[in-house]
Amino acid sequence: MRKGPSDFNVTAVALGLAFLYLPIAILVIYSFNASRLVTVWGGWSTRWYVALLNDSAMLDAAWTSLRIAALSATGATVLGTLIAVVLVRAGRFPGRTAFSAMVYAPLVMPEVITGLSLLLLFVALNVDRGFWTVTIAHTTVTLSFATVVIQSRLLSFDRSLEEAAMDLGCPPLRTFFTVTLPLIFPAIAAGWMLAFTLSFDDLVIASFSTGPGATTLPMRIYSEVRLGVKPEINAICTLMITVVALGVVVASLASKRSASARERQGAAG
Amino acid sequence: MSATGNPSAPRRRSRWGRRILILVPALWLIVFFVMPALIVLKISLSQTVIAQPPYIPVLDMSAGWQGLRDFVAGLSLDSYRMLGSDTLYVFSYLHSLVIAGLSTAILLLIGYPMAYGIARSPRRAQPILVMAVFLPFLTAFLIRIYAWINILQREGLLNDALMALGIISEPVVWLSTDTAVVIGIVYSYLPFMVLPLYASLEKMDESLLEAAADLGCPQWKAFWLVTVPLSAPGVMAGALLCFIPIAGEFVIPDLLGGSSSLMIGQTLWTEFFQNRDWPVASAVAIALLAILLVPILIYQHLQMRALRDR
Repeated sequence: MRKGPSDFNVTAVALGLAFLYLPIAILVIYSFNASRLVTVWGGWSTRWYVALLNDSAMLDAAWTSLRIAALSATGATVLGTLIAVVLVRAGRFPGRTAFSAMVYAPLVMPEVITGLSLLLLFVALNVDRGFWTVTIAHTTVTLSFATVVIQSRLLSFDRSLEEAAMDLGCPPLRTFFTVTLPLIFPAIAAGWMLAFTLSFDDLVIASFSTGPGATTLPMRIYSEVRLGVKPEINAICTLMITVVALGVVVASLASKRSASARERQGAAG
Repeated sequence: MSATGNPSAPRRRSRWGRRILILVPALWLIVFFVMPALIVLKISLSQTVIAQPPYIPVLDMSAGWQGLRDFVAGLSLDSYRMLGSDTLYVFSYLHSLVIAGLSTAILLLIGYPMAYGIARSPRRAQPILVMAVFLPFLTAFLIRIYAWINILQREGLLNDALMALGIISEPVVWLSTDTAVVIGIVYSYLPFMVLPLYASLEKMDESLLEAAADLGCPQWKAFWLVTVPLSAPGVMAGALLCFIPIAGEFVIPDLLGGSSSLMIGQTLWTEFFQNRDWPVASAVAIALLAILLVPILIYQHLQMRALRDR
């Protein structure tokens, strides 16, 4: 659609983005509030960040969440890549419809249902609940999201490169690792990041599938928030936002560099 | 892909490779997605007891056929009868569907102009705008809801702003109302609505609009007759991607809503964690799944068709 945006279009986008960003901006500003009362502005201060550093329960929870998110994102990305390759490349096979239904259903399944069902599975299998059950639960829930990201890249991908490698006698598995994988790597990285943030963020599924000893950061924040608004929570939220924003900036810079490197190669070759 | 010729050794090997490729993720999904759903169904047909596990009957594999027969005889529909007879549950389901429907409608009203505006902006700005819409989705969900508690509370910024503008004379109660729940839901799900809409608006053929203009069709009419019908799949995908999870939402109504009108996700949570009634919690889940089955199937169908059309 060329033509250019009308005033109405520009206003709609600007208002929408303001709606999305204003609450986050307010949260960040109030994390530097010197006053204990969240609603009264008492000047700039970093005291809540210092308080946070001394809150060992919160730090433990953050560490648990980071480990779970990294492990489950890795699992979800490996499985998601396999599924994406199957859905895009394997053609028809018996049970394909059932297979893709299983892949897409977790995308829209209400979290309470997924959480409850995974917990009942762990109970039925008589598994001790804790760190590993949360990791498995998060892998299962986030792998659908990773699949969708990787799949869209595989669909818009030039197959002639793979065919050329195979024609020159490169075995399929080796072709996958030396040709396909490097080309879809940006999507795999994006899928991993999405899975990581979804896991790092999740409260409902973690609450169902965890056991004694494994409290994740969202569970910890949730129990604090239920007791009321606290400045320390603003501080930890600001830190989490900073980490995510940095990750996104780094990822987009990296993908831009690899894209321009590809363009240069294309121009030279 | 040619299927002719003698299956040579590498080809046979690659067929085995393909089977393993399919089997590994399929097994994972069967064990951790399909089986748990069947277990929920089974427990929803059980009865509550004070024991470990807190339900009967328990399938005793070692008892063989007799065990299976005892197990089937012990199943009951009591939990479902309870759902139907207690207005708490019925109201909870209706309330969830009303909130989900209302929020989805508001999301469409806000999301469509945004997606349309992004699709019409200069090509180079589009990826940045899409990223800008998606970025809040990556910052923790709980944080975004928490941010609204700051704004909506009695001495919060919304009341301050409205009073400073002279619109209201004394603080309005926003927190613990359905209004707050809908605001929180619309805020959290906006990226889910904008992105599918943008995807369908962006790939639209603009020569159709030019043709309409050449034939003397006014711009607003061309919008209704050309743009809106062509974006219908995007509208459907966005609406379902929002409506289905919203209907089962727990965190948003729990933190922003009141205790008088529970959404079904909260009812399930309470049954499970507070009342420790696993069979009723499972029945609540199965009934919710049954209500959402048609929207879920439509969504799946759209997803697969989009995949084929690419």
